[in-house]
Amino acid sequence: MTRVGVLALQGDFREHLAVLRELGADAVAVRRPEELDLIDGLVIPGGESSVMDKLARSFGLFGPLQAAIAAGLPVYGTCAGLIMIADTLVDAIAGQQSLGGLHVSVRRNAFGSQLDSFETDVDIPALGEPPVHAVFIRAPVVESVADDVTVLAALPDGRIIAVEQGPLLGTSFHPEITGDTRFHEYFLRKLQTSS
Amino acid sequence: MNMSTNTANQELGTSRVKRGLAEMLKGGVIMDVVNADQAKIAEDAGAVAVMALERVPADIRAQGGVARMSDPDLIDGIIAAVSIPVMAKARIGHFVEAQVLQALKVDYIDESEVLSPADYINHIDKWNFDIPFVCGATNLGEALRRITEGAAMIRSKGEAGTGDVSEATRHIRTIKSEIAALSSKTKDELYVAAKELQAPYELVAEVARTGKLPVVLFTAGGVATPADAALMMQLGADGVFVGSGIFKSGNPAARAAAIVKATTFYDDAAVIAEVSRGLGEAIVGINVNDIPAPHRLAERGW
Repeated sequence: MTRVGVLALQGDFREHLAVLRELGADAVAVRRPEELDLIDGLVIPGGESSVMDKLARSFGLFGPLQAAIAAGLPVYGTCAGLIMIADTLVDAIAGQQSLGGLHVSVRRNAFGSQLDSFETDVDIPALGEPPVHAVFIRAPVVESVADDVTVLAALPDGRIIAVEQGPLLGTSFHPEITGDTRFHEYFLRKLQTSS
Repeated sequence: MNMSTNTANQELGTSRVKRGLAEMLKGGVIMDVVNADQAKIAEDAGAVAVMALERVPADIRAQGGVARMSDPDLIDGIIAAVSIPVMAKARIGHFVEAQVLQALKVDYIDESEVLSPADYINHIDKWNFDIPFVCGATNLGEALRRITEGAAMIRSKGEAGTGDVSEATRHIRTIKSEIAALSSKTKDELYVAAKELQAPYELVAEVARTGKLPVVLFTAGGVATPADAALMMQLGADGVFVGSGIFKSGNPAARAAAIVKATTFYDDAAVIAEVSRGLGEAIVGINVNDIPAPHRLAERGW
């Protein structure tokens, strides 16, 4: 059986664990480097990216995570998780690092303060009908992508909010809190094809 | 509800968006700060958000007088200094302070008993705002009444500014055990439970069914050490507010970073031991039992 880790340093990791278990996956929380050896894929949840970065570095998880991504570990990042796997950050806090791997530039808090947080329907051709109801909470956007990155979704104004690059998947929004499981199913299919 | 739709067909200020930000703060530490310098120290230490207020609770307690919303200049300075969410406190019932904080574009408002209440009868009608609110509670009924008024996040109150964690322990234990008690009740018993909790039946029935509040539950009030924070997490809190405990201690930056680590690894005593070393002096504190009842902040709000 496929085992999926959810990075459990901070954020809404319990929601991801619940969705993955509902879909029949063996989902486990990951906080320590040795736990990376036991998983076939990793979800990095929503939360505060600068806090996840600090904790990952303090507890020796940062390097092993980078190595795992480089070795082809499938990773799905939502919101802060997207920031964590982006190669380049815009408006990061001083000294903030990302794991990288996903060849994109991501802007933190791209929409403004919490008052600018919103929910809306987004067409995502890769997932078919109906549109995905997407929740954006102090969300990031993808500002630029390399040639090997597929844009899965953009807002009507053109801002990119979902991307894919081989085993890596990232969304600005939070499918884990809406009850729509299609993104998680899409990610789990990636695991099956890569293992 | 005040939710609105903008020209791009995006819904703003919905319950999901308001409660959702609190979901993202889970497993994190929210730190009280009174100025931009403290906010920066908090962010660098790994705070998941900062809470702007005029004076930390220990100073409010020591100096007395009326405690109010912060000066807008200080709040602007804090917003400019950090990129993590900024919360700010308004007085209980002071909906104009809340309007001002919304206009300043803070990310969350704490309708807080730590400040002097502006209304001893009514809390703010929080549905009237696009900005989310967190409110304090000492028991389940109080939490559900705040949620009914539109709170998108609850924090157990504890006794702010004391460095004494005993009230925080009592409040989180009370809320958790009252939720557990609801789960075992039959439908006819839930009508009585709703009456006793002084909360709407539908909300009481929802908590009984799901076994949890419909919003995120943090703890606050008296947390001073990494072990205190881990205690709150082991008792079932989703995260921790730390007020005077950081900036009234000997080494705020080190203590703040240690509390962040202990909150993530709350169930790992070896990590808590390691991060607790060499932090210098904790807040001296006051035992809650030495505070006459009329001066206890947790008794404000109802």
